[in-house]
Amino acid sequence: MSKSVIEMPPKGGFSFDLCKRNEMLAKKGVSPPSFRKTGTTIVGLIFQDGVILGADTRATEGPIVCDKNCEKIHYMAPNIYCCGAGTAADTEAVTDMVSSQLQLHRYHTGRESRVVTALTLLKRHLFNYQGHVSAALVLGGVDVTGPHLHTIYPHGSTDTLPFATMGSGSLAAMAVFESKYKEGLTRDEGIKLVTEAICSGIFNDLGSGSNVDICVITKGGKEYLRNHLQPNPRTYTSSKGYSFPKKTEVLLTKITPLKEKVEIIEGGDAMEE
Amino acid sequence: MDLNMDLNAPHSMGTTIIGVTYNGGVVLGADSRTSTGMYVANRASDKITQLTDNVYVCRSGSAADSQLVSDYVRYFLHQHTIQLGQPATVKVAANLIRLLSYNNKNMLETGLIVGGWDKYEGGKIYGIPLGGTLIEQPFSIGGSGSSYLYGFFDQAWKEGMTKDEAEQLVVKAVSLAIARDGASGGVVRTVVINSEGVTRNFYPGDKLQLWHEELEPQNSLLDILNSPSPEPMNI
Repeated sequence: MSKSVIEMPPKGGFSFDLCKRNEMLAKKGVSPPSFRKTGTTIVGLIFQDGVILGADTRATEGPIVCDKNCEKIHYMAPNIYCCGAGTAADTEAVTDMVSSQLQLHRYHTGRESRVVTALTLLKRHLFNYQGHVSAALVLGGVDVTGPHLHTIYPHGSTDTLPFATMGSGSLAAMAVFESKYKEGLTRDEGIKLVTEAICSGIFNDLGSGSNVDICVITKGGKEYLRNHLQPNPRTYTSSKGYSFPKKTEVLLTKITPLKEKVEIIEGGDAMEE
Repeated sequence: MDLNMDLNAPHSMGTTIIGVTYNGGVVLGADSRTSTGMYVANRASDKITQLTDNVYVCRSGSAADSQLVSDYVRYFLHQHTIQLGQPATVKVAANLIRLLSYNNKNMLETGLIVGGWDKYEGGKIYGIPLGGTLIEQPFSIGGSGSSYLYGFFDQAWKEGMTKDEAEQLVVKAVSLAIARDGASGGVVRTVVINSEGVTRNFYPGDKLQLWHEELEPQNSLLDILNSPSPEPMNI
């Protein structure tokens, strides 16, 4: 039996062989593991002194809540924050990457980062991946040119708006904004409106839940109010606390001090090229 | 969740876009609705983007594709202006758009109308639809709402209009398309470009003329709740 196939050297790039296998398995009824998505309600609005961003804190893996208190408001720059909806890994990775690029840019230029810089870096990256990086973002910040609020969609399009919502709960939150938003809100009015919008998402959307995170960015600085509101506390906690009378049985105790096994050198030479 | 799928659909601009030449310049007009599936993602978007001081482009189709194409062309035109030493002509801007659209025709889904004024040719409109053809026209319409305007323009377009006539024609046309096309809506934005410069105008939806069977705008019943002293409901 002669081998009719010549061994080819492995080519670079993505190998699509497993995609056929996945298709075949899907036909047989074996579904792939679902990835962690942030169901999400994320919002942003511009008030008289700057920008307020808000987000819920539920992360879902299919029908299961995998994280009841995750952080969806990501740091981009000291004056710029970004809320992320979509696949959790994609939003984390893309905001981390652009945050690093912004820091390098700040070192290079010696100036504070501008929101449009973050916007352009994010939109170019997302467009290059043609929507496969599933990250829908609400980017807000205050820079020398004033307060800015943008939404960025997975395919790379952006919108500039005075108030914006994204995620599965965006319709519920947008309903609140459309009826109650007005220009020139004060800080407290703005926080109250953002909290209302996120709560509307939390209670009316299955993909959003748990607590409300808020981030207020002004020219003076930023205020990250983690868990500003917790409208879903754990009910029926035991007042006596939990105790487990039957402890795990200890069968054997063996302690090996490592100093006998490992040679410790105190004060070595300084590192040299 | 079905709703979830719709919100992750690519952001497309249903759209009605128009470009019209008149005696002395051009008028560009567009609606302001950007939709993802059945949800209006932005009800006040600006689809007329600047390429240079004297050339603007109306965007339709995929929001991401059209934004990126206009960003690249703005960058190329900026370099071209520096190298040339004088403002770029409308024809050069239109050709740069056409080269990107034609050479990437398999990957892009965007229809554009380039309009502007330069000292050699005056006001010019160039239409660059989906495949990447470049066609110079006295007027051009595009987007999903344009289907309803072909007959209207055949009847209403005249050679040598004044600036106000042209602008009124554009506003009327966009407003007619908004009335009939579900994917167009919001406000009407126009940009007038001539030898004197560029003027942006804005016509909110409730200030437009009402067409056949259109109802008067009703105040929202929520106003009763939000007013300082809510009276009991009266019929």
